[in-house]
Amino acid sequence: MTTPSLQVSGLAFAYADGHQALFGVDLTVGRGERVALLGPNGAGKTTLVLHLNGILTGGAGSVHVAGLEVRAGDRERLREIRRRVGIVFQDPDDQLFMPTVRDDVAFGPANLGLHGATLDARVEAALAAVGMTEVADRPPHHLSFGQRRRVGVATVLAMEPEVLVLDEPTSNLDPASRRELYDVLDALAVTQLVVTHDLPFALQLCERSVVLSGGMVVADGATADVLADEDLLRAHRLELPYGFDPRSVWR
Amino acid sequence: MSGGLTHRLHRPGDSPVHRLPAHVKVLALLAFVLVVVATPADAFAAFAGYAVLLATAAAMAGVPGTVIARRMVVEVPFVVFALLLPVLAGGPRVDVLGLSLSESGLLAGWNILAKGTLGVVASILLAATTDARSLLVGLARLRVPARLVEIASFMVRYADVVGDDLRRMRIARESRGFAPRHLGHARVVAQGAGALFIRSYERGERVHLAMLSRGYAGSMPLVDATPAARADWLRGTALPAAAVVIAVATWALS
Repeated sequence: MTTPSLQVSGLAFAYADGHQALFGVDLTVGRGERVALLGPNGAGKTTLVLHLNGILTGGAGSVHVAGLEVRAGDRERLREIRRRVGIVFQDPDDQLFMPTVRDDVAFGPANLGLHGATLDARVEAALAAVGMTEVADRPPHHLSFGQRRRVGVATVLAMEPEVLVLDEPTSNLDPASRRELYDVLDALAVTQLVVTHDLPFALQLCERSVVLSGGMVVADGATADVLADEDLLRAHRLELPYGFDPRSVWR
Repeated sequence: MSGGLTHRLHRPGDSPVHRLPAHVKVLALLAFVLVVVATPADAFAAFAGYAVLLATAAAMAGVPGTVIARRMVVEVPFVVFALLLPVLAGGPRVDVLGLSLSESGLLAGWNILAKGTLGVVASILLAATTDARSLLVGLARLRVPARLVEIASFMVRYADVVGDDLRRMRIARESRGFAPRHLGHARVVAQGAGALFIRSYERGERVHLAMLSRGYAGSMPLVDATPAARADWLRGTALPAAAVVIAVATWALS
């Protein structure tokens, strides 16, 4: 068996103010798998995500990314971990901070020490993968929201990550942008962990879903089965859109 | 939200002035301003020469005079001060159109007006022919401390985002019937400013997280670093060099 992209075992974490966000989370994501991470607000989803690349550390348990353990204090290792885990944050205005799209996509790989033609090739490839080549020289604030979200994906793709982590990728997108984002993500071969409230999107994109609630994994299975379990959804404040029946969706 | 701060200043084009590397232009501006400032106030011919130089540069860059004139509004407070000097300063006085004005005040006022205007016009030319990003790269090449360049870069990127926040908060206030009429309403506006500060601060934290996640380790990578060719340096020094010639010529002839 190949090394899984992500292996989280017994992860527990409490913030400095004493609020405990995670109570022993176990999660394994195989290479090339697409997993939706579902859960109500305050379930600990963001806390979990920030553990995956070592922004938060210091609790109990361990996180391995493609076999490499996340360890605080080891700068070299942390750099490699952050290359392997590409997080696309929810607000593209937080994600895109450089004066032009091209500079922003180059930011990650340049931090990894790439430069010159290699760097340019990475940037071109990442922008092409999300269909945003033509906006490369524009400032991020001149793009539409959907375009900014896709450029956000390119900024981490340029680091050639082991796993792509998307935090609420469909929030604030109009239906057409949402479908375009789906097309982009569906075409990527990379392992994906999609944190979302958008249950139909999870069903469309991910074979498997994990429900996090109250800092624990309460369900882990095929997305179609998880979404068909009405009691489970109700117990954890997850709700399907009005009129949406996951069993009626042709797959 | 339209154009954005930097795009209101920059006028895209492909003139010889536009094509010069930004750091060459910044140095040329600095040298030109130094020559202008070092010129004695009574060397009127020299100032006329400088003005002709700037007009030539503007024509080469294709920046219309009307655009320059509109942007010169930033100079107004200094103009007011310069106009007050002849009235307020002491010393021997002369009569101009029935007004008794101070001679030294006239000269001092002229000094501020002429040098200020030349500096402002030269800066307007730089801003109109250089986009914000090249300017930042140029500053970095000139070894301006990296922290300052980073701060300027974030300002360029987020001025519009924060401006948008501000506009949305104002619309939300006004939609609930708030119309500032007297000074007592300043409190509400101040609270809005406070909220905006907190929001921007939190955004700063999130941006920092996003940077760390992409391997930021304390210094920005310099992405674009094409060095300037010798020809660019020669073209770039044309303006300050001509200014030096004028300065020396008027000094030698006087």
